[in-house]
Order: sequence, then structure tokens, then C-alpha cells
Amino acid sequence: MSVSMTMTQKILAAHAGLDHVEAGELILVSLDRVLGNDITSPVAIREFDKLGFDEVYDKNKVTMVMDHFAPNKDIKAAIQCKMCRDFCKEKEVVNFYDVGKMGVEHALLPEKGLVIAGDTVIGADSHTCTYGALGAFSTGVGSTDMACGMAIGKAWFKVPSAIKFNLKGKLSPYVSGKDVILHIIGMIGVDGALYRSMEFCGEGVASLSVTDRLTICNMAIEAGAKNGIFPVDEQTLSYIAERSDRKPVIYEADEDAVYDAVYEIDLSEIRPTVAFPHLPENTKTVDEIDEVKIDQVVIGSCTNGYYENIKEAADIIRGKKVADGVRAIIIPATQEIYMRAMKEGLLADFIEAGCAVSTPTCGPCLGGHMGILAPGERAVATTNRNFVGRMGDPTSEVYLASPAVAAASAIMGRIASPEEVM
Amino acid sequence: MLFDGKVIKYADNVDTDVIIPARYLNTIDKKELASHCMEDLDLTFKDRVKECKIIVAGNNFGCGSSREHAPLAIKESGIELVIAKSFARIFYRNAINIGLAIFECPEACDAIKDGDIVKADADTGIILNETTGEEFKTKPFPEFIAKIIADGGLIESIRKGSVK
Repeated sequence: MSVSMTMTQKILAAHAGLDHVEAGELILVSLDRVLGNDITSPVAIREFDKLGFDEVYDKNKVTMVMDHFAPNKDIKAAIQCKMCRDFCKEKEVVNFYDVGKMGVEHALLPEKGLVIAGDTVIGADSHTCTYGALGAFSTGVGSTDMACGMAIGKAWFKVPSAIKFNLKGKLSPYVSGKDVILHIIGMIGVDGALYRSMEFCGEGVASLSVTDRLTICNMAIEAGAKNGIFPVDEQTLSYIAERSDRKPVIYEADEDAVYDAVYEIDLSEIRPTVAFPHLPENTKTVDEIDEVKIDQVVIGSCTNGYYENIKEAADIIRGKKVADGVRAIIIPATQEIYMRAMKEGLLADFIEAGCAVSTPTCGPCLGGHMGILAPGERAVATTNRNFVGRMGDPTSEVYLASPAVAAASAIMGRIASPEEVM
Repeated sequence: MLFDGKVIKYADNVDTDVIIPARYLNTIDKKELASHCMEDLDLTFKDRVKECKIIVAGNNFGCGSSREHAPLAIKESGIELVIAKSFARIFYRNAINIGLAIFECPEACDAIKDGDIVKADADTGIILNETTGEEFKTKPFPEFIAKIIADGGLIESIRKGSVK
């Protein structure tokens, strides 16, 4: 029996009260945070009520964010948000984020210091895996898991094995975390990391910003992974110190930890990458793409709605005009990002170029509202999924790309490389 | 637990967006969700599910969003069992948690055809294609998960004190 553990296994073992865990073992893990949104929480609340608990396990750890169909897109969505609002009021849930304070959940929680290194987090949203960027174990679950998590502060897990991605080199200009994760998904496929952890390491990590790491871990689920995780370094610690009073706990993979596979990734070789419909694994570099005319561009989401992303898009769009016939929608992921972008004049840059700027919402990413596609329309989006019907009509198409590619595409009216417009 | 029924067959990577499109997630009503189940992938599902109780699919069934509305919509439609080559992990645990039976069996998924009649036994992991007479064996659930399913889902398991 191997006694070595991956980074993920160490966090899980510590939260299960065990000295050691191994892949395949079923364990019960205590949770530092339980998250839900306005789509998944109503189902969780219905299940929670069946359990017969009067209170949630910890009023500070249960967290709800009204971001998917909020600001309320219709009467039914309004009723769902109200159900969450009433529940959180009754149970005295501290971290309830409503319109005016909310942001796209996975951008909001790190920003508010609600997740730090060493934490275990479940969220009834598949992109909960985002927080691995900060050295936490976090993973998406369903509403029943959320309900039980809210009640007893625990969740069952099968201990995952892991795939290691050894990063070296540095990214080229106009290439970012989105291109890295699209490149990896293109390489291993949408089930390439099924049930496993994706552990990122190597000397290349230091050159990736916290935003890049958030984007990369965010899309770990698009390779089927249970979680994605980065080692904790100076960047992580200073990011956390600015936002939380809690002391991060640093876990490191054992040097002789066992991995199902190891991939060597040279960051300097990655090109701007686009995932074609209808799977995130259908990737091409911008150099391989013929003319693809587009109708809409969306820049935002839990994948790419961070300040750094909005800034990069603004730097490309500034002083230019959105192509005729293209609707460009910019959605800073949180109020803080929105405010900063406003104060720095970035929102004015977008509006002068002919973009629409929206308050934070997940809206168009999942075909909810704020940018739905008509039959046959095409969008370049910085979001995370391009499944059939994801952003609207089942015959519409979503092309996943980085903020830089999306911004360049808005200007050109077709999928374009940032190098073409700069 | 025994399952017996006609098969609807799908390919790889059936995602939760086609199982239940997000535009219908403004409700938690199971019947309403079921009325839109699979509609972006297969408009015949609604009619066929009246005579079919089993879905057989390829790899990575249920990939994408964590929406529990997906297994809920499938179960409420009348499907009792999903056999796939593999399941996306969140769908897998959601199905267990809400008590929708799922089997992983690549060989069965390759061999079974749309419209075949299949009999499956959750306790032994034996899947019999009654149409062709072929038999397949898959691993039954580990004890911990079998207990959750036997309790009728995770909520009942916690109520009964099996999970503390």
C-alpha cells in the first residue's frame, strides 16, 4: 500500500479525520463551506425541509448567491430567489448575496475571502471547482448534497486519483489561463479526467496570475474532473491575506505521490485557442481557423469575468468599434470588479466602442437571459460550455475563447486573433 | 432491485443542458421539468418514454452542469434505470442521492440496441438483453452507496442515522 498522497488526498484526509486515504476509498468529509445559487438552492431547500433540522450546521459557512437568473428574469425566477431569501432570513444565514451585493458566485467567494487554502468546499454548481486555484479542495455537487451539507456539514466522497500537469515556461502576450485550459481539454477530452483530480504544478505555475489559475480550475469540470488544484505560493498567500483573517493551511503533494498520468505542458507554446461547437474538447488554435462570422460576443462569467479579464478586453477594444451586426455584451463578474472597471474608465471604453455593459449575472452563459441566441446564430463567449442549446436555440452555436480573442472577434465580426487588431 | 423494460439508446456525452435545458430551470416542479426532458436532443423521447423504462448510453452521460433537475427529470419521466459506459461524476452522485438507479457497463452499452428489452438486477449486477439473450455483468454498488440507495436516497439515510 502506498502511503504517499496527492495534494487533494491530503486535504480530504485531514477533513475526514484520517492520517491517510487512498484512491477509491469512500469517506465522509467535514465542510468549510456549502454553497448554492438561485437555481440549485430551491431544490436543496425543499430537501432540507424533509430532513427535519431546525437550523443549518453553521450560519457563517452556508452561502447562497443569487446570480443565475438574477436580477430576476421572470416571475418564476423571482419566486425561486424569494424562496432562497426567505430561507436565509429564517435560518440567519450570514452570507446571503442578493442583487446589489451579489456577483457571479465563483468570482465572488474568493474575492470576499470566503474560501482560503486548505478549505473543503461543496457547491451546488458544477464550477465550484474554481477554488482549487487557491489551494482548496472544492467540487460541484447536486442539490441533495447541498441540503445534507447544510444540515450536517459533511459530504461523502470517493477519494480521487489524480492526473498531474507539469507546467513550464511562460505564456506569450494575449495568451491567458483560458487558452491553457482549452488546450488541455482539447488534449485529454471532455472525460479525460473523469472522477479524478487535475493537479497543476511545476515552475510555470509562478508565472500564472491568480486569475489565470481561477480560470484553469474553473474548467476542470469540462474535462470531467472532480477538482482542479494549484499549489499554494506567495501570490496565493497575498491574495488571501488581502481578503480573509483566517489562516490558510498549506497542503503539498508528496514527492512520490502516485498519478494516473503526467503531462508536460510548455506554456510558451500555447496559442490563443477556441473550442468549436458543441464540446469544449473541439479546440483549434486561432492559426487553424477559417472565417467564422459571428453575431454576438459575451465577455464575463465565472470563467472569465475577473478584473484582469475585463481590463485585457478593454485594452483591445479601446478606441475601436464593434463590427456592424455584432452584439458585444460585457459582464464584470462582481460589484467590486464592476466598480473598479467603472472608476478606471474601462466601462466607458466599452460603451464608446458600442458594447453593452451589464450588472453581474450568469445570464447568457447558460442561456438564461441577457443575451440569448436566435436559431443559427453564432457567439464567441468567454464562458465555459458550448453544448447544444447552451446559450439559446438548439441550432445556435457557441465558440469558447479567451477575453482577448473575444474582444478581437467583436471588432472584426468574425473569430479573430488579438494579434490581428493590436 | 429488478428492472425490466424497453431501451432508448443515446451516444456519448449526453450533457445536462440537453437533458433539461437551463431555460426551464426557473421551476423545481418535477412534472414540469419532466415535460421538457431531452427535448433539445430527442423530440421523440416524450412519446417513447411511455413504453421505455431504460436508457442505455455511451461515455460521460450527464456531463456539464450540476443541476439535480437532470436526474429528477429523467426519473419523473418514467425512466427507472440508466446504463452507460461511464457517468459524469456529479450526475453519478446526484442519481444515487435521489434514488435513480444507474449502472456502468461498457460491454452492455456496446451490444444493446435501441428498442431491445433488457432485464437488470441491482443486487447481482447482471444485465440480460432479453431480445438477443446476451448477458453482461457489472459491479454492484459498494456497501456504503447500496445503503444510501436502499434507504431511498441520501435524505432518508440521514434521517435514519445511517450517515451522521
